[in-house]
Amino acid sequence: MASAAVEAPSTAPAEESEEHRTPPAARPERSWVRLVLLAVGAFAFLFPFYYMIIGSLQRDPEPGPGGAFPNPANITLDNYESINSSISLLRSLVNSGVFTGGVLLGTLVFGLLAGYALAVLEWRGRGAVFASLLLVQIIPFQLLMIPLYVMIVRSYGLADSYLGMIVPFAINSVAVLIFRQFFLALPRDLFEAARIDGASELQILWRIAIPLAKPAILTAVILTFIGPWNEFLWPFLVTKEADLQPLAVSLANYISNLAGRAANPFGAILAGACVLAAPAVAVFLAFQRHFISSDLGSGVKG
Amino acid sequence: MSATSTADRPAPPRSRSSQRAGRSRIGPLFIAPYVLFLVAIFAYPVGLAVYMSFHDYFFAAPGAIVDRPFTGLDNYAEALQDSAVLQSFGNVAIFLVINVPLTVALALVLATALNAAIPFRTFFRVSYYVPYITASVAVVGVWLFLFNGAGLINNLLGPLAPAPSWFVNSTLAMPLIAIYVSWKQLGFFVLLYLAALQNVPKELYEAASIDGAGRLRQFMSVTVPGVRPATFLVTLLATITGANLFTEPYLLTGGGGPNGASASPVLVMYQEGIQQGNAGYAAAIGIILIVSVLVLAGVQRLVLGRK
Repeated sequence: MASAAVEAPSTAPAEESEEHRTPPAARPERSWVRLVLLAVGAFAFLFPFYYMIIGSLQRDPEPGPGGAFPNPANITLDNYESINSSISLLRSLVNSGVFTGGVLLGTLVFGLLAGYALAVLEWRGRGAVFASLLLVQIIPFQLLMIPLYVMIVRSYGLADSYLGMIVPFAINSVAVLIFRQFFLALPRDLFEAARIDGASELQILWRIAIPLAKPAILTAVILTFIGPWNEFLWPFLVTKEADLQPLAVSLANYISNLAGRAANPFGAILAGACVLAAPAVAVFLAFQRHFISSDLGSGVKG
Repeated sequence: MSATSTADRPAPPRSRSSQRAGRSRIGPLFIAPYVLFLVAIFAYPVGLAVYMSFHDYFFAAPGAIVDRPFTGLDNYAEALQDSAVLQSFGNVAIFLVINVPLTVALALVLATALNAAIPFRTFFRVSYYVPYITASVAVVGVWLFLFNGAGLINNLLGPLAPAPSWFVNSTLAMPLIAIYVSWKQLGFFVLLYLAALQNVPKELYEAASIDGAGRLRQFMSVTVPGVRPATFLVTLLATITGANLFTEPYLLTGGGGPNGASASPVLVMYQEGIQQGNAGYAAAIGIILIVSVLVLAGVQRLVLGRK
């Protein structure tokens, strides 16, 4: 992953000028401070997730310090059954999947076309479209919720439909930016040669640009995936029918309305939370090798 | 830009651009869906929000023709006098005062610590990023479990536990939401700073150490100024996150409680616009919020954006 260049210590870790090329690993007292700092950070980030899994498996919640260590006698899968009987987990997961899949499809099809047009093709107004692409990054999406709600739910009658959920997210602008940056970095001669051979732009995109852009596509897929999978406010506004609610919405409704009725409300909530968190974490872990920080940096910085 | 100018005037080295004349027709075709998306999802809604905010815009039965009179600045005047709206903006101010410095400081320190050949580097990076990629709705569950009255945190604090517990305490609810969001978003900003650190010239550190600067001094005089563009980006994105706050007060504090002490403007917009049906009024709150964010972004640019 992160390539040798990134691994190299760029903060010269030494005070003495003679020693400034010594890698930090060779200076134990320095790496100690770093490692302790990083380990404290990792604990703060990971402990709640560990506690989430433990909590989802406890028959009775154990909020004391001892509860952080699983007690075999208190382990059960009942919480998963309990949450599944209140909100259909499978149905909710399917809804989350359709919502996320629709956004991924739209972003990959139209986003790749847009990224290619912005990076490789020349046409009138390209500068203006690129400026708009940067501008929409700083428009807080949720501030548009009232007009979007009026348009999509009231005017077009797309309440309780997958389309209504997907449309506002259909093309992820950050992904377009990543595609553009990546295509921009490909050598121009590659495209020229293919054009001389008589390939159409669509063929060049499909046969040359996309196969080369796999790392960028993976990064964009992860980024795009977590957006709709985790999104709460918009699908919450659009779906009133429980049958169409993505898991984030049905779990949130459970937390705010129904949890009081369960025997172990926290256990049931945490079981639902594990089911909601698992796919996003799994996708990230599977692809994190490709998720290079510089991609993200260039994507965000433009 | 350059494409327009070469197309307008016949410049001498025209062989390349005339060769591209045929291609320039495919460019608009490729970009058309995205432009349509930007117009339908961003430009038109912004215009509609402005229109709505100047009218007494309320929801009626579908198809019913209703009169929605022009009311000028009434919605804005009302919003700026509404104590719930003012309180929600004040809450975001509390949020930002805690969240932005905490995010900048912790993300930069952790990124600097990560920016070296250390064992378990990948593990650390991945673990920092896990909260960012997990749904807030899921993580909220475990924070409720940790911070409820009889939860682990209060158990560990013993007699020091706050009397009305964290999320039902009107003084602590908003600061804890700010800390929650800092925690959740930090991994993203660590990666951003990690990328920015690669652009700080190593020679600067060498020069500083020749001048006898210690580690802390190097961090303050080389790293901090060196990543200033990234710091601007971090403060900007953190501000936008703060303006967007909805899920956390909705779920952590049961809808912005206690007594609106953790209500966010987006939450008030939801209550006013969608629950009460005063869409014009909610749109006006949204416009005030957008303008506030732009003003804040401008201030941040003035302070941090200059080289």
